[in-house]
Amino acid sequence: MRQKITDTLLRVATWLAAALTFGALFFLIAYILTRGIPYIKPSLFALHYNSQNVSLLPALVTTVLMVLLSLAVAVPLGLFTAIYLVEYAKRGNPLVRMVRMTAETLSGIPSIVYGLFGMLFFVTWLGWGFSILAGTFTLAIMILPLILRTAEESLKAVPDTYREGAFGLGAGRLRTVFRIVLPAAAPGILAGVILAVGRIVGETAALTYTAGTVAQIPESLMASGRTLSVHMYALSSEGLYTGQAYATAVVLLVLVAGINTLSAALAKKIGKG
Amino acid sequence: MRERSLQENLMKAVFLISTLISILTVALICLFLFANGIPAMGKIGFYQFLLGREWSPSDLPPAFGILPMMLGSLYVTAGAILIGVPVGILTAVFLAKVCPKPLYRVLKPAVDLLAGIPSVVYGFFGLVTIVPMVRMLFGGNGSSILAASLLLGLMILPTVIGITESAIRAVPGELYDGAVALGASHERAVFRVLLPAAKSGILAAVVLGIGRAIGETMAVIMVAGNQARMPEGIFKGVRTLTANIVLEMGYAAELHREALIATGVVLFVFILLINLLFSALRKGGRP
Repeated sequence: MRQKITDTLLRVATWLAAALTFGALFFLIAYILTRGIPYIKPSLFALHYNSQNVSLLPALVTTVLMVLLSLAVAVPLGLFTAIYLVEYAKRGNPLVRMVRMTAETLSGIPSIVYGLFGMLFFVTWLGWGFSILAGTFTLAIMILPLILRTAEESLKAVPDTYREGAFGLGAGRLRTVFRIVLPAAAPGILAGVILAVGRIVGETAALTYTAGTVAQIPESLMASGRTLSVHMYALSSEGLYTGQAYATAVVLLVLVAGINTLSAALAKKIGKG
Repeated sequence: MRERSLQENLMKAVFLISTLISILTVALICLFLFANGIPAMGKIGFYQFLLGREWSPSDLPPAFGILPMMLGSLYVTAGAILIGVPVGILTAVFLAKVCPKPLYRVLKPAVDLLAGIPSVVYGFFGLVTIVPMVRMLFGGNGSSILAASLLLGLMILPTVIGITESAIRAVPGELYDGAVALGASHERAVFRVLLPAAKSGILAAVVLGIGRAIGETMAVIMVAGNQARMPEGIFKGVRTLTANIVLEMGYAAELHREALIATGVVLFVFILLINLLFSALRKGGRP
């Protein structure tokens, strides 16, 4: 009898917890959509930001720019490192252990610590000032462990028979890597890249003191600019443009949902492959 | 033939250089943070810095004690864990063992969405819903340890759910079947057999959740009140280590600036310890 009561209580608690989790998510999305959508007007997408239109277009452009540039730095670096670790390094190579320790140290470091480092190194020591370039490199370092790890996992998952087959047909190591191993590992690597895009889009703390907060489309790599998340933080802390802050949140949610759909589609592809 | 081996060696060098650069970044991060932060601790006094109860950088003489912020981070994180962990574990049980398949296909992407929502959006949501709610129910101005704990509890849910769910799924099915065959009910089999078997994975989930909560910056700033004083109760405002850096870095100079970087060093060390704990737990989980 007592066991039965406990069972019922546990069952109720489980359902309740799930209801709470998904209820909160649903409430958050519904709340932001209902308040934000009325503020999505053409003026919000004007080419130049001013205090009348509170345009988010410059921030959107900056976000896309930052994503592309950070990936251009971090993806080759992470991918090449992974290739070295999986395809070239011999067993027991001390570099392998060091990189693994590196990735482990870097993962989970709060983004504000990356921001501090970016400010000290890129902004001050290299003298780049608050700039797209400084922001880009800070973000690139931030997503490097993610790219490195997913690339390493995907390369490892490629069966050795592929490599042996290629070697047996007379292909060199380089050719084997680029023609045989990489195409097979591509979906997994891409999934990591998409996760990284999500992290960049959502980042704020690492950017305020590296890329700065100028609300216009940056004219050069050395100019300051704010991404959409930084824009939203600025709007909500100024407290004057609450409606536009909701609208920015809507755009951010749509972006994140798009990124998630992409990565889910890729995950499905990996599962099939 | 020669051309190809040249190419081979060239690319091998490129790969090796990439590897070295990856290692170098971590070395640089440590070097720059510690070289800028440690001297400040020396100037302020190691104990005055870590255990000082007063943070007043603009006073004469200034005081740089980060104990209030350390306690702030600690309380807010503890609150988030108290709220997020039970709900997260139970939701993971729901996803892994209770929920029907068609529902799962909707809920799994929902958890991923929860993980992907930017922290500013969470912060803003907390600012417009949780803060007014706390203000209405408990008085004060609403920005408080409680508001921050509630929001962070929500934010760590996807981390806790994701890792706990895969830990539960990794438990061999025989354990559950065996328990049921011995006459245990579904709930008893899940909570007495499956969860204990997934213990190390669940602990890892909690540790990672702690890491996320301590490291969260923008969302906390928006709901915690940010007063740099010793915490006075869960309905009062508080400032975390992360908030301390972001709020004052914009105008800080000289020793004040260095003290903020030293705050970053403390945060960095916290997370390193948590990472060590996490990987120890992960290894403990694998037989």
